[in-house]
Amino acid sequence: MSLEARRRRVAAAFLAPAGLVLAGVTLFPALGVVWMSLEQRALIRGAPEFIGLDNYLRLVSDPRFWNAFGNTAYFTAVSVALELALGLAVALLLSRAGRARPALYAVVLVPWAVPTIVSARMWEWMYNADFGVLNYLLGGEFNWLGSPLLALHAAILMDVWKATPFVALLLLAGLQAIPRDLYQAAAVDGARPIRIFLGLTLPLLAPVIAVVLIFRTIDAFRVFDAIYVLTGGGPANSTETLSIYAYKVLFQTLEFGYGSALAVVVMLAVGLAAVLYTRMLRGVS
Amino acid sequence: MRGGAARVLAGALVVAWSLAPFLWQMITSLKPVAEIGVLPPLLPSRPTLEHYGAIFAGYPLLRIIFNSTVVAALTTAGATGLGALAGFALAKLGVRYRGPILGGVVAVSMLPPIALVSPLFLAINAAGLRDTLAALVITYVSFSLPLAVWLMTNFFRSLPDEIYIAARVDGCSALAAFWKVMLPLAAPGLAATALLVFIFAWNEFLFALSFTSTAAARTIPVAIALFPGLHEIPWGEIAAASVVATLPLVLLAVVFQRRIAEGLTAGAVKG
Repeated sequence: MSLEARRRRVAAAFLAPAGLVLAGVTLFPALGVVWMSLEQRALIRGAPEFIGLDNYLRLVSDPRFWNAFGNTAYFTAVSVALELALGLAVALLLSRAGRARPALYAVVLVPWAVPTIVSARMWEWMYNADFGVLNYLLGGEFNWLGSPLLALHAAILMDVWKATPFVALLLLAGLQAIPRDLYQAAAVDGARPIRIFLGLTLPLLAPVIAVVLIFRTIDAFRVFDAIYVLTGGGPANSTETLSIYAYKVLFQTLEFGYGSALAVVVMLAVGLAAVLYTRMLRGVS
Repeated sequence: MRGGAARVLAGALVVAWSLAPFLWQMITSLKPVAEIGVLPPLLPSRPTLEHYGAIFAGYPLLRIIFNSTVVAALTTAGATGLGALAGFALAKLGVRYRGPILGGVVAVSMLPPIALVSPLFLAINAAGLRDTLAALVITYVSFSLPLAVWLMTNFFRSLPDEIYIAARVDGCSALAAFWKVMLPLAAPGLAATALLVFIFAWNEFLFALSFTSTAAARTIPVAIALFPGLHEIPWGEIAAASVVATLPLVLLAVVFQRRIAEGLTAGAVKG
């Protein structure tokens, strides 16, 4: 056996365990969900029956699907935009914090370290209309989680609290990778801080911003845990996202066929977003 | 200095925004039952540990913490181990199609959990693994593998090729060179990967909710989400359980902030 062939066999042996696990527990089920989405399949009643694209036709005319789609898109767009803006501010602050940086960094990391479910319970308690600390501090009587208009925004605020640290960390790493002499040259040229920020910092940070957008958009679009605990999708489905709706169809009404079709839509949407952003990333870097 | 004062104020705001929600949960966990629904006062008149006593006495919390610890530890060992093997091969063994493989790994990491929960649920039921820790460990190892492979590939790539070649020339087998020479050098990368995988496994919710049904396999996030209340929601006990579930993670994050930052940024910025 040639040296090259032996090397390849060694490499294959190192790759095989991870490859087998990924294929068996992730790729195979991913094909399975697509197949199940083409079936009429109820968990309790009889054998599954192949029905082609009927589940998808049903989905197109299902107002609850479009409501969930709209909620998910709105939740994703608003929370990612806010996280990017706030995260950038926090990253800039951290990059200039001097000796206070390690301590401030640790504090900023806390919301990231809090489990999502705990974060949802914390916010649920603070939003409580009768005994919540938010209404007490604001001196108002907002029905945060009971009003359809407020509830989705309450969920967005919770997500912004939880995810901004991640954005800030990545942007800080990006900021630190910008060579210092570029700033010095700009300062020597007499550029004002705002011009340095818009003309130098932001363009150099663009690739990192694109990566942050990919990660956060994908994560926000598949949001489940936080909203499941905070509102369960209510009131009146006003916070029901695609993942929540799919979960309810799967595990509450036990319609595995239709639920799988909804899940496939989440998968396709996330994939589409990833492809678009990757194109964008190639454009900026 | 105007800029200095503004910076201090901004720093104070960031500190308050980051810490206040969790601090409020801690305060709530120390309030006597009678004061929980009453504001003011913000602080308890006499702090009490009764809620902590209640969650450990009247609720299988110890068993649930045990479940979470076992699942997170086994997942960490499995995903970090498999990820190190694969990452080493991708970084140092001249694997053909390395680019497409890494691209595939990234693509797999984007699969939404909701898309895999129904086929996995049926497979786990069919295998008789419903409500077992094994079902969670298998699922979590697979779900954290893309991150582990990606991170370990990056960490191994940052080590010079010559070290591996020298070990092979000295007569080490590929496995021995990996185990005795390369792996110790990649220890910081292993630590960063293990931390991120552990935190993922400790926090995961959707699979744990779907695959478990009793305290035999329930993990902390599911227990906190489904906290039983007879008539009203037991806010004090939920707060106490939240603090118990969160403190280990916050301590990990603060102690290992360097490693975590390395892991998060290597996972993202190099992409």
